[in-house]
Amino acid sequence: MREIEVSEIINVISRLCMEANYYLPDDVLECIKQAQAKEESPAAQAILDQIIENNVIARKEGLALCQDTGFAVFFVELGQEVRITGGDYQEAFDEGTRRGYEAGYLRKSIVNDPVFARANTKDNTPCIVHTRIVPGEELKITFCPKGGGAENMAEVRMLTAAHGIEGIKEFVIERVKKSGGNPCPPVVVGVGVGGNFEKCAMLAKQALLREPLGTPNPDPNFARAEAELLENINNLGIGPMGLGGRTTALAVHIETFPCHIATMPVAVNLNCHVARHKSIVI
Amino acid sequence: MNLREKTLAIRLTTPLTDNDIEKLKIGDNILLSGVIYTGRDAAHKRLHDLLKKGEPLPIDLQGAVIYYVGPAPAKPGYPIGSAGPTTSYRMDPFVPLMFQHGQKGMIGKGNRSEEVIATIKKFKGVYLAATGGVAALIAKSVKSMEIVAYEDLGPEAIRRLVVEDFPCIVANDCHGGDLFKEGIKKYQR
Repeated sequence: MREIEVSEIINVISRLCMEANYYLPDDVLECIKQAQAKEESPAAQAILDQIIENNVIARKEGLALCQDTGFAVFFVELGQEVRITGGDYQEAFDEGTRRGYEAGYLRKSIVNDPVFARANTKDNTPCIVHTRIVPGEELKITFCPKGGGAENMAEVRMLTAAHGIEGIKEFVIERVKKSGGNPCPPVVVGVGVGGNFEKCAMLAKQALLREPLGTPNPDPNFARAEAELLENINNLGIGPMGLGGRTTALAVHIETFPCHIATMPVAVNLNCHVARHKSIVI
Repeated sequence: MNLREKTLAIRLTTPLTDNDIEKLKIGDNILLSGVIYTGRDAAHKRLHDLLKKGEPLPIDLQGAVIYYVGPAPAKPGYPIGSAGPTTSYRMDPFVPLMFQHGQKGMIGKGNRSEEVIATIKKFKGVYLAATGGVAALIAKSVKSMEIVAYEDLGPEAIRRLVVEDFPCIVANDCHGGDLFKEGIKKYQR
Protein backbone atom coordinates (compact mmCIF):
# COMPACT_ATOMS: atom_id res chain seq x y z
CA MET A 1 0.00 0.00 0.00
CA ARG A 2 1.33 3.42 -1.01
CA GLU A 3 0.07 6.66 0.46
CA ILE A 4 -0.37 9.83 -1.58
CA GLU A 5 -1.12 13.07 0.25
CA VAL A 6 -3.84 15.29 -1.20
CA SER A 7 -1.40 18.21 -0.96
CA GLU A 8 0.73 16.50 -3.61
CA ILE A 9 -2.30 16.03 -5.85
CA ILE A 10 -3.21 19.70 -5.43
CA ASN A 11 0.27 20.84 -6.48
CA VAL A 12 0.34 18.53 -9.50
CA ILE A 13 -3.14 19.61 -10.67
CA SER A 14 -2.28 23.28 -10.29
CA ARG A 15 0.82 22.86 -12.47
CA LEU A 16 -1.03 20.72 -15.05
CA CYS A 17 -3.71 23.41 -15.46
CA MET A 18 -1.13 26.01 -16.38
CA GLU A 19 1.16 23.89 -18.56
CA ALA A 20 -1.65 22.35 -20.61
CA ASN A 21 -3.10 25.79 -21.32
CA TYR A 22 0.23 27.37 -22.33
CA TYR A 23 1.91 24.66 -24.38
CA LEU A 24 0.37 23.08 -27.46
CA PRO A 25 1.34 19.37 -27.55
CA ASP A 26 4.15 18.67 -30.06
CA ASP A 27 2.13 16.05 -31.94
CA VAL A 28 -0.71 18.53 -32.54
CA LEU A 29 1.71 21.17 -33.80
CA GLU A 30 3.34 18.60 -36.10
CA CYS A 31 -0.07 17.67 -37.60
CA ILE A 32 -0.88 21.35 -38.18
CA LYS A 33 2.43 21.84 -40.02
CA GLN A 34 1.84 18.75 -42.15
CA ALA A 35 -1.64 19.98 -43.03
CA GLN A 36 -0.30 23.38 -43.95
CA ALA A 37 2.06 21.83 -46.49
CA LYS A 38 -0.99 20.41 -48.32
CA GLU A 39 -3.32 23.41 -47.90
CA GLU A 40 -4.41 25.05 -51.19
CA SER A 41 -6.25 28.14 -49.89
CA PRO A 42 -4.07 31.22 -49.26
CA ALA A 43 -6.52 32.45 -46.60
CA ALA A 44 -6.34 29.08 -44.86
CA GLN A 45 -2.53 29.20 -45.06
CA ALA A 46 -2.59 32.57 -43.30
CA ILE A 47 -4.83 31.17 -40.52
CA LEU A 48 -2.50 28.19 -40.02
CA ASP A 49 0.41 30.65 -39.83
CA GLN A 50 -1.44 32.51 -37.07
CA ILE A 51 -2.01 29.25 -35.18
CA ILE A 52 1.71 28.40 -35.32
CA GLU A 53 2.71 31.94 -34.34
CA ASN A 54 0.20 31.94 -31.46
CA ASN A 55 1.84 28.82 -30.08
CA VAL A 56 5.24 30.53 -30.15
CA ILE A 57 3.92 33.60 -28.27
CA ALA A 58 1.99 31.58 -25.67
CA ARG A 59 4.95 29.30 -24.97
CA LYS A 60 7.47 32.12 -24.73
CA GLU A 61 5.40 34.45 -22.56
CA GLY A 62 3.47 31.88 -20.51
CA LEU A 63 0.06 32.92 -21.84
CA ALA A 64 -3.08 30.91 -22.42
CA LEU A 65 -3.14 29.65 -26.02
CA CYS A 66 -6.89 30.31 -26.10
CA GLN A 67 -8.88 32.61 -23.81
CA ASP A 68 -11.32 29.74 -23.35
CA THR A 69 -9.25 27.72 -20.92
CA GLY A 70 -12.13 25.34 -20.68
CA PHE A 71 -13.97 23.13 -18.29
CA ALA A 72 -11.27 21.33 -16.31
CA VAL A 73 -11.72 17.63 -17.12
CA PHE A 74 -9.49 14.97 -15.58
CA PHE A 75 -9.15 11.32 -16.53
CA VAL A 76 -7.54 9.48 -13.64
CA GLU A 77 -6.15 5.98 -13.36
CA LEU A 78 -5.92 5.29 -9.65
CA GLY A 79 -3.81 2.29 -8.68
CA GLN A 80 -5.71 0.03 -6.30
CA GLU A 81 -2.65 -0.12 -4.04
CA VAL A 82 -2.83 3.64 -3.48
CA ARG A 83 -4.42 5.22 -0.43
CA ILE A 84 -5.27 8.94 -0.62
CA THR A 85 -4.56 10.65 2.71
CA GLY A 86 -4.97 14.05 4.31
CA GLY A 87 -8.25 15.12 2.75
CA ASP A 88 -11.07 14.70 0.27
CA TYR A 89 -10.22 13.30 -3.19
CA GLN A 90 -12.62 15.43 -5.30
CA GLU A 91 -11.83 18.51 -3.21
CA ALA A 92 -8.12 18.02 -3.98
CA PHE A 93 -8.88 18.23 -7.71
CA ASP A 94 -11.07 21.28 -7.17
CA GLU A 95 -8.43 22.99 -5.04
CA GLY A 96 -5.71 22.25 -7.61
CA THR A 97 -7.94 23.64 -10.36
CA ARG A 98 -8.74 26.73 -8.26
CA ARG A 99 -5.04 27.43 -7.62
CA GLY A 100 -3.88 26.69 -11.16
CA TYR A 101 -6.51 28.84 -12.83
CA GLU A 102 -5.85 31.73 -10.44
CA ALA A 103 -2.04 31.63 -10.49
CA GLY A 104 -1.95 30.96 -14.23
CA TYR A 105 -4.20 33.87 -15.25
CA LEU A 106 -6.59 31.39 -16.84
CA ARG A 107 -10.21 32.27 -17.51
CA LYS A 108 -12.90 31.13 -15.12
CA SER A 109 -15.71 29.83 -17.31
CA ILE A 110 -18.01 27.87 -15.01
CA VAL A 111 -21.47 29.04 -13.87
CA ASN A 112 -23.05 27.60 -10.73
CA ASP A 113 -26.52 26.89 -12.10
CA PRO A 114 -26.89 25.79 -15.73
CA VAL A 115 -30.28 27.44 -16.28
CA PHE A 116 -31.43 30.17 -13.90
CA ALA A 117 -28.79 32.08 -11.94
CA ARG A 118 -25.84 31.24 -14.20
CA ALA A 119 -23.51 33.05 -11.79
CA ASN A 120 -19.80 32.55 -12.43
CA THR A 121 -18.18 30.46 -9.65
CA LYS A 122 -15.10 32.68 -10.19
CA ASP A 123 -12.54 29.90 -9.65
CA ASN A 124 -13.38 27.51 -12.53
CA THR A 125 -14.64 24.85 -10.13
CA PRO A 126 -16.09 22.34 -9.86
CA CYS A 127 -13.90 20.30 -12.17
CA ILE A 128 -14.97 16.98 -13.66
CA VAL A 129 -13.00 13.90 -12.54
CA HIS A 130 -13.39 10.53 -14.25
CA THR A 131 -11.63 7.92 -12.13
CA ARG A 132 -10.85 4.34 -13.06
CA ILE A 133 -9.37 1.96 -10.50
CA VAL A 134 -6.50 -0.02 -12.03
CA PRO A 135 -3.91 -2.47 -10.71
CA GLY A 136 -0.70 -1.02 -9.28
CA GLU A 137 0.40 1.78 -7.02
CA GLU A 138 0.57 4.73 -9.38
CA LEU A 139 -1.74 7.65 -9.89
CA LYS A 140 -1.95 8.79 -13.52
CA ILE A 141 -3.75 12.06 -14.16
CA THR A 142 -4.61 13.29 -17.66
CA PHE A 143 -5.92 16.83 -17.87
CA CYS A 144 -7.85 18.05 -20.90
CA PRO A 145 -9.32 21.52 -20.67
CA LYS A 146 -12.22 21.60 -23.13
CA GLY A 147 -13.54 24.81 -24.63
CA GLY A 148 -17.27 25.48 -24.90
CA GLY A 149 -17.30 26.20 -28.63
CA ALA A 150 -16.11 22.74 -29.63
CA GLU A 151 -18.06 20.97 -26.88
CA ASN A 152 -21.33 22.52 -28.14
CA MET A 153 -20.87 20.64 -31.41
CA ALA A 154 -20.97 17.17 -29.78
CA GLU A 155 -23.78 14.66 -30.26
CA VAL A 156 -24.83 11.18 -29.18
CA ARG A 157 -27.03 9.16 -31.52
CA MET A 158 -28.53 5.75 -30.80
CA LEU A 159 -27.93 3.95 -34.10
CA THR A 160 -28.64 0.24 -34.52
CA ALA A 161 -26.77 -2.65 -36.15
CA ALA A 162 -28.66 -2.15 -39.41
CA HIS A 163 -26.91 1.21 -39.89
CA GLY A 164 -23.50 -0.53 -40.02
CA ILE A 165 -20.22 1.30 -40.56
CA GLU A 166 -21.76 3.37 -43.38
CA GLY A 167 -24.39 4.72 -40.97
CA ILE A 168 -21.68 5.64 -38.50
CA LYS A 169 -19.69 7.43 -41.19
CA GLU A 170 -22.76 9.35 -42.41
CA PHE A 171 -23.48 10.52 -38.87
CA VAL A 172 -19.90 11.66 -38.25
CA ILE A 173 -19.74 13.55 -41.57
CA GLU A 174 -23.12 15.16 -40.93
CA ARG A 175 -21.99 16.31 -37.47
CA VAL A 176 -18.75 17.84 -38.78
CA LYS A 177 -20.55 19.48 -41.70
CA LYS A 178 -23.23 21.03 -39.48
CA SER A 179 -20.54 22.28 -37.09
CA GLY A 180 -18.84 24.32 -39.84
CA GLY A 181 -16.43 26.85 -38.41
CA ASN A 182 -17.93 26.80 -34.90
CA PRO A 183 -15.62 24.25 -33.22
CA CYS A 184 -12.47 26.07 -34.49
CA PRO A 185 -11.29 23.77 -37.27
CA PRO A 186 -8.96 22.18 -38.08
CA VAL A 187 -10.55 19.87 -35.51
CA VAL A 188 -9.77 16.52 -33.98
CA VAL A 189 -12.76 14.22 -34.41
CA GLY A 190 -13.37 11.85 -31.52
CA VAL A 191 -15.84 9.05 -32.18
CA GLY A 192 -17.16 6.61 -29.58
CA VAL A 193 -18.90 3.49 -30.86
CA GLY A 194 -20.59 0.89 -28.69
CA GLY A 195 -21.11 0.61 -24.96
CA ASN A 196 -24.33 2.39 -24.05
CA PHE A 197 -25.65 5.96 -24.01
CA GLU A 198 -23.11 7.37 -21.54
CA LYS A 199 -20.24 5.00 -22.34
CA CYS A 200 -20.06 6.00 -26.01
CA ALA A 201 -19.89 9.68 -25.00
CA MET A 202 -16.95 8.89 -22.71
CA LEU A 203 -15.26 6.93 -25.50
CA ALA A 204 -15.65 9.87 -27.90
CA LYS A 205 -13.93 12.18 -25.45
CA GLN A 206 -11.19 9.66 -24.65
CA ALA A 207 -10.62 9.27 -28.40
CA LEU A 208 -9.45 12.90 -28.44
CA LEU A 209 -6.60 11.97 -26.11
CA ARG A 210 -4.98 9.29 -28.30
CA GLU A 211 -1.27 9.94 -28.76
CA PRO A 212 0.44 10.75 -30.99
CA LEU A 213 -2.38 12.46 -32.88
CA GLY A 214 -3.35 10.50 -35.99
CA THR A 215 -2.28 7.09 -34.66
CA PRO A 216 -4.67 4.60 -36.28
CA ASN A 217 -7.00 2.32 -34.34
CA PRO A 218 -5.26 -1.10 -33.88
CA ASP A 219 -8.25 -2.85 -35.49
CA PRO A 220 -7.81 -2.67 -39.30
CA ASN A 221 -11.55 -2.21 -39.93
CA PHE A 222 -11.74 0.84 -37.68
CA ALA A 223 -8.37 2.12 -38.90
CA ARG A 224 -9.77 2.04 -42.47
CA ALA A 225 -12.93 3.87 -41.33
CA GLU A 226 -10.78 6.53 -39.64
CA ALA A 227 -8.74 7.10 -42.81
CA GLU A 228 -11.84 7.25 -45.02
CA LEU A 229 -13.58 9.63 -42.65
CA LEU A 230 -10.55 11.92 -42.53
CA GLU A 231 -10.42 12.09 -46.31
CA ASN A 232 -14.16 12.68 -46.65
CA ILE A 233 -14.17 15.33 -43.94
CA ASN A 234 -11.33 17.22 -45.59
CA ASN A 235 -13.21 17.01 -48.88
CA LEU A 236 -16.06 19.00 -47.29
CA GLY A 237 -14.00 22.14 -47.95
CA ILE A 238 -14.90 23.73 -44.58
CA GLY A 239 -11.27 24.61 -43.91
CA PRO A 240 -9.65 26.47 -41.02
CA MET A 241 -12.29 28.49 -39.11
CA GLY A 242 -14.89 27.42 -41.70
CA LEU A 243 -13.71 29.99 -44.24
CA GLY A 244 -12.89 27.41 -46.89
CA GLY A 245 -9.87 25.19 -47.40
CA ARG A 246 -8.56 21.66 -47.52
CA THR A 247 -7.75 21.38 -43.80
CA THR A 248 -10.91 20.67 -41.81
CA ALA A 249 -9.74 17.84 -39.55
CA LEU A 250 -6.26 16.88 -38.34
CA ALA A 251 -7.27 13.37 -37.32
CA VAL A 252 -10.23 11.05 -36.74
CA HIS A 253 -9.96 8.68 -33.79
CA ILE A 254 -12.55 5.96 -33.18
CA GLU A 255 -12.74 4.19 -29.82
CA THR A 256 -15.01 1.19 -29.37
CA PHE A 257 -16.58 -1.00 -26.69
CA PRO A 258 -18.85 -4.07 -26.81
CA CYS A 259 -22.55 -3.27 -26.90
CA HIS A 260 -26.02 -4.75 -26.34
CA ILE A 261 -27.55 -6.96 -29.09
CA ALA A 262 -30.24 -4.30 -29.71
CA THR A 263 -27.98 -1.23 -29.89
CA MET A 264 -25.13 0.53 -31.68
CA PRO A 265 -24.69 3.88 -29.91
CA VAL A 266 -22.37 6.43 -31.51
CA ALA A 267 -21.03 9.68 -30.09
CA VAL A 268 -19.05 12.43 -31.77
CA ASN A 269 -16.95 14.87 -29.75
CA LEU A 270 -14.90 17.49 -31.58
CA ASN A 271 -11.79 19.17 -30.28
CA CYS A 272 -10.55 22.50 -31.59
CA HIS A 273 -7.09 22.92 -33.13
CA VAL A 274 -5.89 23.95 -29.66
CA ALA A 275 -6.14 20.26 -28.75
CA ARG A 276 -4.79 20.61 -25.23
CA HIS A 277 -4.06 17.66 -22.97
CA LYS A 278 -1.29 16.68 -20.64
CA SER A 279 -0.62 13.62 -18.46
CA ILE A 280 1.43 13.11 -15.36
CA VAL A 281 2.16 10.04 -13.25
CA ILE A 282 2.58 10.40 -9.48
CA MET B 1 2.23 34.27 -46.25
CA ASN B 2 1.37 36.53 -43.32
CA LEU B 3 3.42 39.30 -44.83
CA ARG B 4 1.53 39.06 -48.10
CA GLU B 5 -1.79 39.12 -46.27
CA LYS B 6 -0.67 42.16 -44.32
CA THR B 7 0.41 44.19 -47.32
CA LEU B 8 -2.98 43.53 -48.91
CA ALA B 9 -4.94 44.40 -45.77
CA ILE B 10 -7.39 47.28 -45.55
CA ARG B 11 -6.97 49.53 -42.53
CA LEU B 12 -10.24 50.48 -40.84
CA THR B 13 -10.89 52.70 -37.84
CA THR B 14 -13.93 52.70 -35.57
CA PRO B 15 -16.62 53.99 -35.30
CA LEU B 16 -17.60 52.59 -38.70
CA THR B 17 -19.58 54.65 -41.22
CA ASP B 18 -21.78 53.58 -44.16
CA ASN B 19 -19.01 54.81 -46.43
CA ASP B 20 -16.43 52.51 -44.76
CA ILE B 21 -18.73 49.54 -44.91
CA GLU B 22 -19.92 49.84 -48.51
CA LYS B 23 -16.36 49.36 -49.75
CA LEU B 24 -15.87 46.09 -47.91
CA LYS B 25 -16.38 42.73 -49.54
CA ILE B 26 -16.05 39.19 -48.30
CA GLY B 27 -12.51 37.88 -48.11
CA ASP B 28 -10.98 41.32 -47.51
CA ASN B 29 -8.24 41.21 -44.89
CA ILE B 30 -8.81 43.93 -42.32
CA LEU B 31 -6.55 45.54 -39.75
CA LEU B 32 -8.96 47.26 -37.36
CA SER B 33 -8.00 50.12 -35.06
CA GLY B 34 -9.83 52.30 -32.56
CA VAL B 35 -12.33 51.60 -29.79
CA ILE B 36 -14.26 48.33 -29.77
CA TYR B 37 -16.49 46.86 -27.06
CA THR B 38 -16.49 43.30 -25.81
CA GLY B 39 -19.74 41.43 -25.27
CA ARG B 40 -20.89 37.85 -25.30
CA ASP B 41 -23.89 35.80 -24.19
CA ALA B 42 -24.83 37.28 -20.80
CA ALA B 43 -23.98 40.91 -21.68
CA HIS B 44 -25.98 40.68 -24.92
CA LYS B 45 -28.99 39.43 -23.02
CA ARG B 46 -28.81 42.43 -20.67
CA LEU B 47 -28.31 44.98 -23.49
CA HIS B 48 -31.16 43.44 -25.44
CA ASP B 49 -33.47 43.56 -22.40
CA LEU B 50 -32.68 47.27 -21.92
CA LEU B 51 -33.40 48.04 -25.58
CA LYS B 52 -36.71 46.18 -25.38
CA LYS B 53 -37.69 48.27 -22.36
CA GLY B 54 -36.53 51.47 -24.08
CA GLU B 55 -33.93 52.15 -21.41
CA PRO B 56 -30.47 53.66 -22.03
CA LEU B 57 -27.45 51.41 -22.63
CA PRO B 58 -24.14 51.58 -20.76
CA ILE B 59 -22.29 51.92 -24.11
CA ASP B 60 -22.76 54.05 -27.24
CA LEU B 61 -23.89 51.79 -30.07
CA GLN B 62 -23.57 54.39 -32.88
CA GLY B 63 -21.14 52.93 -35.42
CA ALA B 64 -19.93 50.52 -32.74
CA VAL B 65 -18.10 47.27 -33.27
CA ILE B 66 -18.75 44.56 -30.69
CA TYR B 67 -16.15 41.85 -30.26
CA TYR B 68 -17.56 38.53 -29.05
CA VAL B 69 -14.94 37.65 -26.47
CA GLY B 70 -14.50 36.79 -22.83
CA PRO B 71 -10.80 37.44 -22.26
CA ALA B 72 -8.50 35.62 -19.87
CA PRO B 73 -7.27 37.69 -16.90
CA ALA B 74 -4.37 40.04 -17.66
CA LYS B 75 -0.95 39.15 -16.31
CA PRO B 76 0.89 42.02 -14.59
CA GLY B 77 2.22 44.39 -17.23
CA TYR B 78 -0.28 43.31 -19.88
CA PRO B 79 -3.42 45.32 -20.80
CA ILE B 80 -5.43 42.13 -21.31
CA GLY B 81 -5.09 38.36 -21.14
CA SER B 82 -5.47 36.04 -24.11
CA ALA B 83 -8.46 37.29 -26.10
CA GLY B 84 -9.66 35.30 -29.11
CA PRO B 85 -13.20 35.30 -30.53
CA THR B 86 -16.02 33.13 -29.24
CA THR B 87 -18.60 31.42 -31.47
CA SER B 88 -20.98 34.01 -32.90
CA TYR B 89 -24.22 32.10 -33.57
CA ARG B 90 -25.21 32.33 -29.90
CA MET B 91 -25.52 36.11 -30.32
CA ASP B 92 -27.63 35.83 -33.52
CA PRO B 93 -31.02 36.43 -31.83
CA PHE B 94 -29.82 39.77 -30.39
CA VAL B 95 -28.37 41.22 -33.61
CA PRO B 96 -31.43 42.75 -35.35
CA LEU B 97 -32.44 44.99 -32.43
CA MET B 98 -28.84 46.02 -31.71
CA PHE B 99 -28.26 47.02 -35.35
CA GLN B 100 -31.57 48.89 -35.37
CA HIS B 101 -30.02 50.99 -32.59
CA GLY B 102 -26.83 51.87 -34.44
CA GLN B 103 -24.38 48.99 -34.08
CA LYS B 104 -22.37 48.56 -37.28
CA GLY B 105 -19.97 45.71 -36.82
CA MET B 106 -19.24 42.54 -34.91
CA ILE B 107 -16.20 40.34 -34.60
CA GLY B 108 -16.47 36.65 -33.84
CA LYS B 109 -16.02 33.19 -35.29
CA GLY B 110 -18.31 30.82 -37.16
CA ASN B 111 -21.18 31.46 -39.55
CA ARG B 112 -24.35 33.49 -38.92
CA SER B 113 -28.08 32.95 -39.37
CA GLU B 114 -29.99 34.12 -42.45
CA GLU B 115 -31.63 36.71 -40.20
CA VAL B 116 -28.25 38.18 -39.26
CA ILE B 117 -27.14 38.22 -42.90
CA ALA B 118 -30.34 40.11 -43.82
CA THR B 119 -29.81 42.52 -40.92
CA ILE B 120 -26.28 43.32 -42.08
CA LYS B 121 -27.64 44.09 -45.53
CA LYS B 122 -30.54 46.19 -44.25
CA PHE B 123 -28.55 48.36 -41.84
CA LYS B 124 -25.24 48.41 -43.78
CA GLY B 125 -23.23 46.42 -41.29
CA VAL B 126 -20.34 44.01 -41.39
CA TYR B 127 -19.40 40.74 -39.71
CA LEU B 128 -15.68 40.26 -39.28
CA ALA B 129 -14.23 36.82 -38.56
CA ALA B 130 -11.17 36.54 -36.35
CA THR B 131 -9.22 33.32 -35.90
CA GLY B 132 -10.43 31.29 -32.92
CA GLY B 133 -7.76 29.87 -30.65
CA VAL B 134 -5.01 32.35 -31.51
CA ALA B 135 -5.83 34.36 -28.42
CA ALA B 136 -2.29 35.23 -27.31
CA LEU B 137 -1.57 36.60 -30.81
CA ILE B 138 -4.78 38.66 -30.99
CA ALA B 139 -4.18 40.09 -27.49
CA LYS B 140 -1.05 41.77 -28.90
CA SER B 141 -3.27 44.16 -30.87
CA VAL B 142 -5.10 45.31 -27.72
CA LYS B 143 -3.46 48.48 -26.36
CA SER B 144 -5.76 49.21 -23.42
CA MET B 145 -8.75 47.71 -21.64
CA GLU B 146 -11.28 49.00 -19.13
CA ILE B 147 -14.44 47.42 -17.79
CA VAL B 148 -17.41 49.69 -18.56
CA ALA B 149 -20.41 47.58 -17.49
CA TYR B 150 -21.56 44.40 -15.76
CA GLU B 151 -18.43 43.69 -13.75
CA ASP B 152 -20.36 40.96 -11.91
CA LEU B 153 -20.24 38.88 -15.10
CA GLY B 154 -16.49 38.34 -14.74
CA PRO B 155 -15.06 37.40 -18.14
CA GLU B 156 -18.42 38.32 -19.70
CA ALA B 157 -18.35 41.95 -18.46
CA ILE B 158 -18.43 44.64 -21.16
CA ARG B 159 -14.95 46.01 -21.77
CA ARG B 160 -13.84 48.99 -23.79
CA LEU B 161 -10.76 48.06 -25.80
CA VAL B 162 -8.47 50.28 -27.77
CA VAL B 163 -7.05 48.13 -30.54
CA GLU B 164 -4.38 48.67 -33.16
CA ASP B 165 -4.24 46.56 -36.33
CA PHE B 166 -6.56 43.87 -35.00
CA PRO B 167 -6.40 41.14 -37.71
CA CYS B 168 -9.72 39.93 -39.10
CA ILE B 169 -11.41 39.08 -42.36
CA VAL B 170 -14.73 40.23 -43.85
CA ALA B 171 -17.01 37.19 -43.52
CA ASN B 172 -20.37 38.82 -44.27
CA ASP B 173 -20.57 42.12 -46.16
CA CYS B 174 -23.44 44.60 -46.64
CA HIS B 175 -23.97 43.34 -50.19
CA GLY B 176 -25.20 39.96 -48.94
CA GLY B 177 -21.88 38.13 -49.40
CA ASP B 178 -21.13 35.15 -47.17
CA LEU B 179 -17.52 33.95 -47.09
CA PHE B 180 -18.49 30.77 -45.22
CA LYS B 181 -20.68 29.64 -48.14
CA GLU B 182 -18.32 30.88 -50.88
CA GLY B 183 -15.13 29.57 -49.27
CA ILE B 184 -16.53 26.10 -48.71
CA LYS B 185 -17.93 25.94 -52.26
CA LYS B 186 -14.48 26.70 -53.63
CA TYR B 187 -12.62 23.96 -51.76
CA GLN B 188 -15.11 21.10 -51.50
CA ARG B 189 -14.58 18.03 -53.68
